[in-house]
Amino acid sequence: MATADESRQTIGDRLADRREQLDLTRVGLYAALITLVGFYLSPLWAGLTTAFKTQAGFVNTTPLEPPTPEWFTIAPWADAFSVMQGGLINSITFVLPATVLSALLGSLAAYGLTKLSWRGQVGVLVLFLAGVFLPYQSVLVPLRQFWSAVDLAGWLAFAPFLANRADLIELTITHTAYGIPICTILFRSYYKAMDDDMIEAAKIDGASAFGIYKRIVFPLSLPMFAVTLIYQFTQVWNDLLFALVLVTSRSNYVVTLSLNELQGAMAQEYNLQMAGAFIAAFPTIIVYVIFGRQFAKGIAGGT
Amino acid sequence: MGFDIDRLRSRVGRRDPDSGADDVRTDGGTEATTGGSRFARLKHSDLVQSLPFWLPPALLMGLFVYGAIGWNLLISLTDWSGLQQPEYTDLSLEMYTQMPADASFVAAFRNTVVLLVVFTVISLLIGLGLAILIDRNIRFENTFRTIYLLPMALSFVVTAIFWSWMYNPSTGTINVILRGVGLDFLAMNWLGDTRTRLAAIIFALTWQFSGYAMVVYLAGLRAIPDSHYEAAKVDGAGSLRMYWRVIIPQLSAATTSAAVVLMVFALKAFDFIYVMFGDNPGRSADILAVMMFRVAFSRSQWAYGAAVATILFLMALSVVAPYLYMQYKRGDL
Repeated sequence: MATADESRQTIGDRLADRREQLDLTRVGLYAALITLVGFYLSPLWAGLTTAFKTQAGFVNTTPLEPPTPEWFTIAPWADAFSVMQGGLINSITFVLPATVLSALLGSLAAYGLTKLSWRGQVGVLVLFLAGVFLPYQSVLVPLRQFWSAVDLAGWLAFAPFLANRADLIELTITHTAYGIPICTILFRSYYKAMDDDMIEAAKIDGASAFGIYKRIVFPLSLPMFAVTLIYQFTQVWNDLLFALVLVTSRSNYVVTLSLNELQGAMAQEYNLQMAGAFIAAFPTIIVYVIFGRQFAKGIAGGT
Repeated sequence: MGFDIDRLRSRVGRRDPDSGADDVRTDGGTEATTGGSRFARLKHSDLVQSLPFWLPPALLMGLFVYGAIGWNLLISLTDWSGLQQPEYTDLSLEMYTQMPADASFVAAFRNTVVLLVVFTVISLLIGLGLAILIDRNIRFENTFRTIYLLPMALSFVVTAIFWSWMYNPSTGTINVILRGVGLDFLAMNWLGDTRTRLAAIIFALTWQFSGYAMVVYLAGLRAIPDSHYEAAKVDGAGSLRMYWRVIIPQLSAATTSAAVVLMVFALKAFDFIYVMFGDNPGRSADILAVMMFRVAFSRSQWAYGAAVATILFLMALSVVAPYLYMQYKRGDL
């Protein structure tokens, strides 16, 4: 019987069948995508609910549940903020110059290695490229030796404001140096694809190499500056390793150090820890949400 | 852009003496033979003109990267430890020869390799899966992509704190969910138990970095011409077979570059483990990056720490050098 029924199906029926099947795979597709959203957001969700709960609240409820009025509190946020305030200010103080400097130097280097052609470019470029993949552990001991040999605080004694922040200046220079390779590579791929006509025309009009950079290449590379600045900002803000090695005085603790210390000292106060984690992550999350596209470009270009 | 075509010709003519067109030589062509202009030409050569741009960044980077690698190698050949300064007179390979007998080095080395391989393979697979799902003409594509990539924007310090809470044996999300679906026997002390510690770390790192593999694969998928899909469809290939036979083979370049970067991430996973466990995560989860920090900065065995760092550097080099050589051969550099 069944076979007879099937043979009598019109073309329209069969098409409808297929559409239904198609819809089912679509439903499955969206179900998978949404399940994955749950997976990727679950640590953040658990952190967010916990940060708004009292101690009794996060012990007695699961992290999946939002806080009930009985256990709701914002005290963890206030406490974590007061502990990490200094770290936040210090991080802003050194991350912004380090980000801008490495992006600018990377752009200049990429220009010199792309738009002005000479033999041996590839050799120099490989040195930059290999620097991207360097595990920082392999330079850590010399880095510590170097910065303890350089008495930066002593040199800056004439300006106590700077001398007190010598650790942060060391961090700025260090992050700038190690950020140059990735910034150069990002700008280079952009400059390679850039149209040469304008540059050639400017050369003919007798513009200097610097004039060409300032008036043509720099303005044209502003979109790439956005990509590089966002990538570098996230990298430098998130780093813990260099800060562990280079920051010696408490007053110069950066935000990752404050958060690490908060986590160690308040091992059982999960609400405080979670609030602290969100406070430390806040600038990078904001930057990511606004400039997600540029961030994705940055990490994809890093390869 | 109006520029003078005659001046353009004259420039080209001067740079290339073989072209030797007479009409070009008329404007200042004779200068080229005089001695003084050789210096002038050098001054205007592209190499000299490019130096002010790339040399200062190259010097700063070179000092911190290559200078430091060399210095680190030198320190690893001394026997420097404690508070005094290193002595570079009596160099030997002693720090390296003692490694095989050091059980904590062997354990850290093994864990590093396990982390490297397992983390990279799983992240690639998940990333590929995500990319394929996202590439199926879905709505809200940007939103999904943004969410899957979000963990990459977070600091290791932040993610380590989140995951310590996720893995909490009594009220952590992982165990709450496992108990909720009736898998009580699986709900264990993930970070406390030495048998599951490394696996738990790898799982959390995969959560953080699979979005990266997704971005790379998505770019790879979008670069495949539509005609290839069409051809496979005409041949009657089903979805699964089409991906296996037609799409995956074309993603090998994306796979290689994503794998290299993921491996380097794994070698750098220090911050994450350090925040979770401090400088000593125990034999079961110790990796070379953490061991190096512990040996050098907590125990002041500077030379030994430098030697471990050199091994780490060589591991990174063995991953990156073939990759860069391959790119160079293909002319991608």
